[in-house]
Amino acid sequence: MEKSRPLWDNPLQFIFACISYAVGLGNVWRFPYLCQMYGGGGFLIPYLIMLIAEGMPLLYLELAVGQRMRQGSIGAWKIISPYLCGVGVASVVVSFFLSMYYNVINAWAFWYLFHSFQDPLPWATCPLNSNRTGYEEECEKTSSTQYFWYRQTLNISPSLEASGSVQWEQALCLTLAWLVVYLCILRGTASTGKVVYVTASLPYCVLIIYLIRGLTLHGAVNGLIYMFTPKLEQLLNPKTWISAATQIFFSLGLGFGSLIAFASYNEPSNNCQRHAIIVSLINSTTSIFASIVTFSIYGFKATFNYESCISKVILLLLNAFDLEEGSLTADNLNEMKDYLMATYPQEYSQLVPQIKNCSLEAELDTAVQGTGLAFIVYSEAIKNMEVPQLYSVLYFFMLLMLGIGSMLGNTAAILTPLTDSRVIASRFPKEVISGVVCFVNCIIGLIFTMEAGNYWFDIFNDYAATLSLLLIVLVETIAVCYIYGIKRFEKDLYTMIGRKPNWYWKIMWAFVSPLLIISLFIFYLTDYILTGTLQYQAWDATQGQLVTKDYPGYALAVIGLLVAASTMCIPLGAIVTFIRKRLKREQISTVA
Amino acid sequence: RISNVLLCNVTDRVSFWFVVTDSSKNGTTVPGSEVEAAIRMNRKRINNAFLLSDKTLQFLKITSTLSPPVEPSTPVWLIVFGVVLCLIVAGIVFLVISGIQKHKKKNKESTERENLEEKVEVTLENGIPCEALDLKAGHVNGVFAADDERFTSL
Repeated sequence: MEKSRPLWDNPLQFIFACISYAVGLGNVWRFPYLCQMYGGGGFLIPYLIMLIAEGMPLLYLELAVGQRMRQGSIGAWKIISPYLCGVGVASVVVSFFLSMYYNVINAWAFWYLFHSFQDPLPWATCPLNSNRTGYEEECEKTSSTQYFWYRQTLNISPSLEASGSVQWEQALCLTLAWLVVYLCILRGTASTGKVVYVTASLPYCVLIIYLIRGLTLHGAVNGLIYMFTPKLEQLLNPKTWISAATQIFFSLGLGFGSLIAFASYNEPSNNCQRHAIIVSLINSTTSIFASIVTFSIYGFKATFNYESCISKVILLLLNAFDLEEGSLTADNLNEMKDYLMATYPQEYSQLVPQIKNCSLEAELDTAVQGTGLAFIVYSEAIKNMEVPQLYSVLYFFMLLMLGIGSMLGNTAAILTPLTDSRVIASRFPKEVISGVVCFVNCIIGLIFTMEAGNYWFDIFNDYAATLSLLLIVLVETIAVCYIYGIKRFEKDLYTMIGRKPNWYWKIMWAFVSPLLIISLFIFYLTDYILTGTLQYQAWDATQGQLVTKDYPGYALAVIGLLVAASTMCIPLGAIVTFIRKRLKREQISTVA
Repeated sequence: RISNVLLCNVTDRVSFWFVVTDSSKNGTTVPGSEVEAAIRMNRKRINNAFLLSDKTLQFLKITSTLSPPVEPSTPVWLIVFGVVLCLIVAGIVFLVISGIQKHKKKNKESTERENLEEKVEVTLENGIPCEALDLKAGHVNGVFAADDERFTSL
């Protein structure tokens, strides 16, 4: 008697699981950056077009495949065609790479969260140097928040080659992060289903609190105006459209097998079409919502820095010329500077190298993405708010929820094929399999806690998933449309939902989405080939800023291995199945 | 009665030069180095008297020694880390143990049910009890080969 497949308690758990997985850190730290770089409010146009052309159809496709086949990614693609088991294996490999490095972000979020319970916040001031006459030299050259990130959190080495030792503090946080993930996936859908209620809804609560706080901050309006003024000429730049397509693609988490895994735990009659539309819309709306919050924070930080800069210039001039306090203000600063230049030309020219030109636009123009935005820019803004501990705790707790929600999806993508395969599942209970996966990932993840760990993190972040996913999803779409057959798929959907997909879905699946993915793939390949050697940003402690360096040979080899390990699974799977079938046929023909 | 106020070097700014005289020594001025040392020791009191801070009240030639931040004996983050770690480990242990207990209960129930069923009936097939037949291996009739490709596809 076959054990019945575990199911979600209700469709709401499934929707929350998908939202929790899709709404991740990328919505918070990548979309605002893209918005800023590619035309502000105008970026929404290519974004929404790509959502309709690529996001919704591909999401619906994956959910439908999972729900119909009721298996994890390996099993599902094997059913569609035995030659496609390689696609499932490639998904599992990519998910494995992702879970290796992604949980390090949760470890960093834990680190910052635990440090938020102090007054003043540790990144608010520079530490003193050894003889207490001034601040640490490295911290003087850069800002206290950057120093806290690069020196006290990462303890980063000057280059990739200098590996350094494992930082025990980060290793502890990483272990804790994996224990939390293990606790959530321990019982499969029973435990995951309850956890996703929290991980999906809490970030929205925090975002709303931050929206209210952010909009009431002084100078927030500057950031919002700067972001939302559309620069429509960016629409002519092909990079805008490519970035929009890429963002939609990766933001939804397609191709990892997580969506297939989640959908496989559905009732067969679940209306996945409606759910696909809901999830993709919520994902995009959250991106826009998060960018409103981010830009009001940007505006606050930029205005604060601009006003500090102006105060410093005023103080300098007051001290130099013994002027009356209050005679120099932000409004008359420019006229007074001209007047002083005319009246005391010699002293003024001596001061000129120290007088900085303060500009609000220059402050707003500093576009940051990724860990820099989440951990440096935000913490810099938070330290200047009132009751910074409260906002800091809320913010890093939200980052944790977003990160753990995505981790649940990643681990589900790895565990579902493992628990589906009868070979493994009959011998070991679910708890042991999950425990082994978490343990192996934790041990490998210790690489990212070394001094050079952040450079390896960047390698994984940039190369482990990008090309492979494009290829996987392309093969998936072509497989469903042309190998399985769109007519057969339509019939399956009709039996499941009671409604055939209309012409919009069919055209997107058969033509538009594959073409889009192929063009993205070609663009990335040509980009990598044209740039020649790959480079990375290394932190130079003596200058207090990032410098560009070339990757050493073995790093390039690792990058190549990462991409090859997942993409080669697809043809290898087909070849292995082909050989097996030939062998079986020969065996039987010799018997008969 | 205001005395001992001499004005010199008047500027627009709120700034002043001062000398300290020692009334016991017949009005001689106290040397500058002693005044500097005294100010360095009592900087905080002087700041508080004017309701100012080291950043807003500057004594030329006297740099302020920066006060180190207060550091508790155990770093705060370790305390929070310990609390969260204990909670998570307790949760994991609870779930694992309850899972093992449920598993044992299910095993006991199913063995009881099996014992009951064995007494009730012995299934027969062609007069031979099922246990005697090796149902797993079965008997494969080689004529009907299990090769999909020989048959025309539907």
